[in-house]
Parts: sequence; structure tokens; C-alpha cells
Amino acid sequence: MIAAIAVAVAQVIVVGAGAPLLVGVLRTLKARLVGRRGPSPWQPYADLRKLLAKEVVVSTTTSWIFRATPYVLAATMLVASLIVPVFLARPPLAFPGDVILLMYLFLLGTFFLALAGLDAGSAFGGMGSSREVAVAALAEPTIIVAVFALAMRAETIDLARVVERFSREPLLAANPAHLLAFAAFFIVMLAETGRLPVDNPATHLELTMIHEAMVLEYSGRYLALVEWASAMKLCLFMTLLANLFFPWGAGGLTGPAAIPLGVLVLAGKLVLLVIALAVLETTVAKLRLFRVPELLAGSFALAILSVMAVVLV
Amino acid sequence: MARLAYGLAALVAVGAAALGLHGMFGGAFTLQIGWLVPLGGLQLTLDPLAGFFLLVIAVGVAPASVYAIGSAGGARRGLGAYLVFVVSMCLVPLAANMMTFAIAWELMSLASYLLVLHERESRESLRAGWVYAVMTHAGLACLLAGMMLLGAWTGSSEFADWRAAAPGLGGGARSVAFVLLALGFAGKAGVIPLHVWLPLAHPAAPSHVSALMSGVMIKLGVYGLLRASFDWLGAGPPWWGVAVLIVGAVSSVIGVLYALVEHDLKKLLAFHSIENIGIILIGIGAGLLYQGAGLEALALLGVVAALYHTLNHAAFKALLFLGAGAVVHATGTRNIEEMGGLIKRMPWTAACFLVGSAAISALPPLNGFVSEWLTFLALLQNTHLARPSLSLAFALGIAGLALTGGLAMACFVKAFGITFLALPRSEAAARAHEAPPAMRIAMVLLAVTCAALGLGPTWVVPALATVAGALLGDTPPVAFGDWLTLRVSEGFATGSALAIAAALGVALVALPLGLRVAGASRRRRAYETWGCGRIGQTARMEYTATAFANPFKRVFDFLYRPTKKLDIDFHPESRFFVERIEYENPTRSIFDDWLYRPVLDGLSGVARAARAIQSGSANLYLAYILAVLLIMLVLA
Repeated sequence: MIAAIAVAVAQVIVVGAGAPLLVGVLRTLKARLVGRRGPSPWQPYADLRKLLAKEVVVSTTTSWIFRATPYVLAATMLVASLIVPVFLARPPLAFPGDVILLMYLFLLGTFFLALAGLDAGSAFGGMGSSREVAVAALAEPTIIVAVFALAMRAETIDLARVVERFSREPLLAANPAHLLAFAAFFIVMLAETGRLPVDNPATHLELTMIHEAMVLEYSGRYLALVEWASAMKLCLFMTLLANLFFPWGAGGLTGPAAIPLGVLVLAGKLVLLVIALAVLETTVAKLRLFRVPELLAGSFALAILSVMAVVLV
Repeated sequence: MARLAYGLAALVAVGAAALGLHGMFGGAFTLQIGWLVPLGGLQLTLDPLAGFFLLVIAVGVAPASVYAIGSAGGARRGLGAYLVFVVSMCLVPLAANMMTFAIAWELMSLASYLLVLHERESRESLRAGWVYAVMTHAGLACLLAGMMLLGAWTGSSEFADWRAAAPGLGGGARSVAFVLLALGFAGKAGVIPLHVWLPLAHPAAPSHVSALMSGVMIKLGVYGLLRASFDWLGAGPPWWGVAVLIVGAVSSVIGVLYALVEHDLKKLLAFHSIENIGIILIGIGAGLLYQGAGLEALALLGVVAALYHTLNHAAFKALLFLGAGAVVHATGTRNIEEMGGLIKRMPWTAACFLVGSAAISALPPLNGFVSEWLTFLALLQNTHLARPSLSLAFALGIAGLALTGGLAMACFVKAFGITFLALPRSEAAARAHEAPPAMRIAMVLLAVTCAALGLGPTWVVPALATVAGALLGDTPPVAFGDWLTLRVSEGFATGSALAIAAALGVALVALPLGLRVAGASRRRRAYETWGCGRIGQTARMEYTATAFANPFKRVFDFLYRPTKKLDIDFHPESRFFVERIEYENPTRSIFDDWLYRPVLDGLSGVARAARAIQSGSANLYLAYILAVLLIMLVLA
């Protein structure tokens, strides 16, 4: 029991404390790739500290929804970090994680954030909300179908057991379905976490923006919570990608050294994914907003093909 | 007087709930009054399925009646029809022979028809009533045909005899009966493409009646489908299940897509009823497929998911319609483009509507999530069927369900956000007032029900499993874990709504505390919304519902086929001064254009052709009679 709680706390701390670093590393890498020096990877922590020290400006138009949303958003991400297998295959507190719950937890956060975007009554916020929910809704089927393809191979939808099964029998992953599902999931991750080519995370004032338009009214500690939650979402999606599709190292570790070792392994996998993401983001341009559904439809087709590959191969 | 009558309806609901719970846990009785009804007499039987649907009816009727005490005031209009409507709905699941069922069913339809015609003065209402009457009677014709065929083949009009004799019927006969009965019941349930009456009729009725029609009455179509397929006819060929599954998936996706571009609040909710009936049918379809393949535990899971969603939808849809009613009552309009800012003037209604919105969008930890989760689990286990072609159909069903979940969330961000948040968009919205106490009590009751059904699946699911088990026949008892954790299909998936809710609660408490410990600034300044330097914020700068739905209109334009009308009056001196701008972006229904219009045109064509021999002259008609007589004589 005590060990389980310790693991739970460790998992929340790894995700909560590590997420800004992940974003920082990503930004530094992107800067280097385009020939800039860029800020230090620790910059997001400094940003958060600065935001926490500032006063909050709240529009008089808003209601309690606007003030509650940052807390709800951060809370959903913290709970989600208990469900995702982070460094141990079996998530702590016997939280029987399965991916459907996870996706609907993310939707809960999106729901409140989109409402907050409408709450201030500015056209920017409404535009961001409308686009964010459109992207989230269109991404949803791909996630579930891609995971369904994995679940068919592993014969379970419990994330922990998927990870265990794949790390025990690596040959299961040697299947075109695995690759197709990975590609589908990767595209959806870009859409869900607001990365290029779906959304541009680096800009505040561009007519094509999505996520940043929605949170435009936030400031001070509220903005800190929202930024932190976004970083956690990126971290959770990348962890999920790493552990579901390359589960080696996540399962099977036991003993007191399991946590530090698991964290190291995870960090290694995340660094590889971050490099891939940084290269991708510096080589592609942002898509026109109304081309995004085509990208998502493409990822959905990949997911369906993956299911077909499981059935037929 | 009127208040007393609505109170009486609420008491009837409490009685129905008690009877329903008694029936769900094995209580049974049969009531027979031979002289009351021709052809078999009045015959009522309580069994677990009937008990469950009585409970669903009670979940809708009790709060709706309390609400009506507040909203209808002393007005007597529609009172009698309301009482008949409530009582006949309670009789439908209890009916145990054909005649009792048909009479209760028709009474229910007629009473609701009168309630749809509540505002007899408006053309819209009259049209809604007309379409409703035609569609519901077309459904009744299918039902009666199916029932009479079954009666003729089994030689009895009692449902118990059908149950015993149906397995002995030929495959073709059973399929004919299934199709006819399913068409009739699906029409009442509002399944696409038989849904055309639903978005017209439900908004036309007073809000407490809309809540009952959407939350409860269409569920009796689901009841009929369950009764006909699992109980009367028994396990059928796979195509029954595939048909129900696909129709369900199509209904859910198209229902929510139509809701997205609808800006009449009550119509929007009516389209969501089509979506939710689709989700229920997905569960039933999976159940039928599994039962046909002999996988009883999975069939049970599918039916439990469908029943759970039926109960949930009764709770949150009634809640949303009552909330919409309170909003319409306060602002005098159903168009959400003229609302806004209501959360400040109607805090109770807004909070309840928010709970309903989150529940219908299947967000944890509320009830909609639990039933959609169970439906997903039923679908995800299709590999046990060992039929690749079916697996692909299931994968599309899964994708449809996931898309529906996301789109429903988007739609309720619009419905709640545009209605309740930001600045009021009209004078009426700025002067809105909170609903009277009786209406608030009804909404709070339903919001609490939604939360309870979301937190307590470990108690609800076993109860529903006994109902589903009794419906499916002799299925082995299935364990669903302990009070904290729900274990589905021997650990295929586990979930704990309580634990998730507790974790969310802890996180919500810990975050502000953590911020304080971290020394975050607690200063707050109220200021106007940032607007690129423009001065003064007005409601005209807000995002509208039309704009909010526009991305969906563009993505799914093959379904909406939007047409754009832009009409600008320029100032006579210069084109750069616009005096008036009119913009319309309506959508067209492909079902009206491609299905109903050709059928109606065909019918009028036949009628026109028949006019050629209708001269109105009595002599000519006598000649026709003579001619027919002669032909008959010759043929004989």
C-alpha cells in the first residue's frame, strides 16, 4: 500500500515536474535546428515562476467557469498522469487505466477550456474554442481505433497489460498493424497537443491559431496553470506513444531501483521522440485550417488500415 | 387544481418507480380484466424488463411534473392530455397481450399529439403535429402488421404464447416479423431515417412534455425493440444485429451532426435524442450479434450498456430540456443567438444545464461516460466472434461512437457557451430572471440523479445485469467486481468511477493549496476583455453559434449542403458604407430531399393519375360498379 502510494506520488511528480523540461528541450532543439541559440531548456520553469508571481487580470465579462477552468484542466492532467503507464507498466493505486477513460479525461479538460474561451466574450476566444473542439472531435475516432488495433494484438485494452504483453513478446509488434497504428497515433498527438502542422504553439497573434487564441484572456497564475497543463498533456501523449509502441524497458522492472531505472529509460525514449518532433516541426509549415480535417481523415484511414492488418495478416 | 393534478402525476411516478424496482428484483404479478378490452381483455404483467422501463418513466415523469407545477402555474391547457400521456406510458411496458399493448401505445401517441399541438395558433406547431401524426401512424401500421402476423402464426394474441412458439417458426417468417416490428418501434424511437418528426414535434410541446417525449417516450421504442428481438423472437441471424448496429452508428453520428448546426435550443436537444438512441441501438446491435453467436456473457454486456444508456439519457435529457425550458421561459426565445450571459442571471439553471451538458458529452465522472464506456467495451470484444468481416463492421461502429462523443462535446460547448456565457446578445437575455423554485427543484433533482448514476455504476450495473439476464433467458450470472471497482468480462477492463471522482476532487483541492504554498501571487484585478485596442465591448463582438459551427459545416458539407445568401445594402453615395447586411447560411436535409420528397411526389403523382377516372358524376360511378361486378362474375 505504502509502496503503491509512493509510486503514485512519484509518477505525478515525474510528469508534473518533468513536463516543462520536455517543452524546454523541444524549444531549445528547434532553435538550434534553425540556427538560433535559443533559450536554455530550463526556461519554462522560469516562465512559470514569473507568471505565478504576477497578478491576475480577469475580464468583468467572465463567470466562475473562467476562474475554475485552470484548476479543472490541471486536475484532469494530474489524474491522467496516474493512469498512463509512465515508468512502470502497472500504474499505481491499482487505477485500472484504460485508454477510453484517458481520452474522455482529456475531453473533460478541452470542454472546460473551450467554455472558458467563450466566457470572456472576445472573438479570439470563441474562434479558438470552435477550432479546438473541431480538432478534438475529429481526432477522437483515430485514437480509439488505433488503440483498438493494439488491443486486438494484445487481447486487452488495459494499458498496463498492453505494455506488459508487448514487452514480454516483442515479436507481437513485428506487424504492419503496429507501424500503421503508430503513424495514426503520432498524427493525432500533433493535433491534440497543438503542434505543427496543425497549430502553431509559438505564436500568439496569428489568424490561424487555435490553442493560443483560446487562452488569450488568461494571465498570472491562471496562465501558469494552463501552460503547465498543456505541457503535461504533451508529456502524457509522448509517454503513451513511447510506452505503447516501444514498451521495452517499461515492464518487468522490480525492486527499489525500478523507479530511477524506469525514469532513465523513459527519458531516453522521450528524447528520441522529442528529436523526431523537433525535426518535423522545423521542416513542415502550418497547414491551412481547413486542410487539417484532411490530415485527420488520413490518420483515421491509417488506423482503420491497421485494424485490417491485424485481422488479415 | 392544475397544480394538484401535476402533483398527482408526480405521485403516479413515485408509485411507478416503486413498482418498477419491485419488478426489477424479481417481483412479478399479472392483472387480468377480461371485460375491459375486446379481444383478450386487459392483461398486464410485471417482469424485470417492464420494471426497468417503469423506473425509466418515473425518472423522467417525477421531475417533469414537479417542474410543471412551477412552469404551468394555474394553466389548465393540456392537463388532461398530460395525465393520459403519463398513465398510458406506464401501461405500455406492462401490456401482456396485443390489444392491451396497441391501445396503450395509441393512447400514448394521441395524448402526445395533443400536447404537440399546445400552441394551436402557430403554423409551425400545426405542421409539427401533422408530421408527427403521419409518422407515428405509419409506425403503428407496421407494428400492427407485425403483431397480427405473429398472432396468426402462433395462434394467440398473448405475448407469453409468442415467446413459447416463436422459436418454432421458420427463419423467413421470423425475419419478416422482425423487420415489421423493428420498423414500427424504430419510428417511435426516432431512428434515422425515420426521425423527421422528432426535431419538429419535441420542441413544439411545452418543455416538461418535451422532456418526457425525448427522455422517456422514445425509450418505449427501445423497449419494444428489446422485447420483440430478444423476448418474442429469440436469437436471430447475424444480419439482424448488423442492421441494428449500423443503423445505430449512422443515427448517432448524423444526429449529432445535425445538432451541431441547429441553433434552436430545443431542436438541438431533439437532434441529440436521435444521437443517443443511436448509441443505445449500438449496444442492442452488439447484444443481438453476440447472442446469435452464442456468446451469452458478451450479449449481456451489450444489453446492459444499452439499458444503462437508456436510464442515463432519460435523466440528462430530461434535465437539459427542463433547463432549456427555464431559459425559454426567461428570455421568450428558443434561438441561442439571442441569448448569452445567462449564467449571471440564472445561476441555478446554468449549473444544472452544465451538469447535463457534461453528462451527455460522456465526460467523466458523470453518468453518460459510464454507459458509453460499457458500450465501447461491448464493441471492443468482437474478436471473440472470429469473423473478420464482422470485426471491420465493429471497428466502424467503434469509430462512429468515438466521433459521436467528440462531436457531442463540441455541440454542448456551443449550446452552453453561447447560451449562458459572455454578454447578453439581446434585450430579453439581459432582463432574464431565475426560474421559480419548483422548476429549480426539478432540475437539481435530475442533476443529482446524473451524478449518482455516474458515481454508482458498481451498484447499478449488477441490477441491470439481472434485468438483461432475465431478458436473454438462462445466462450464467456474471460478476461485476466489488463496490469500488467495476470489472467487466473477467478483467478485460476495469474501472472505478468513485476512484476517478475522488482523485479529481483531491487534485482540485490540492492545486489551490499547492499554489499558496508555492507562494503564488493572490492579487486579482477586474478589467475589460482585451480587444486589440478597440474601445468598449459589446455583444456584437462575440463569436456567434453560426460561426462556432462553421468548421463542422465546412468539413461535413456533403451532409449539410449549405447554401449561402449574402444581401448587402450599400449607402447610395459610396460602396464603402454599408447600411444593412443580411447573411444566411442554411443547410438542407438530405433525408427530406432524397427520401421523403420523392415518396411524397410519387404519392401525389398517383393521386393525380387517379383523378382522371374521378369525374364526380354519379352515373359514371354506377357504371364502374357494374363493370367491376361483371369482371368479377367473369373471373368467378
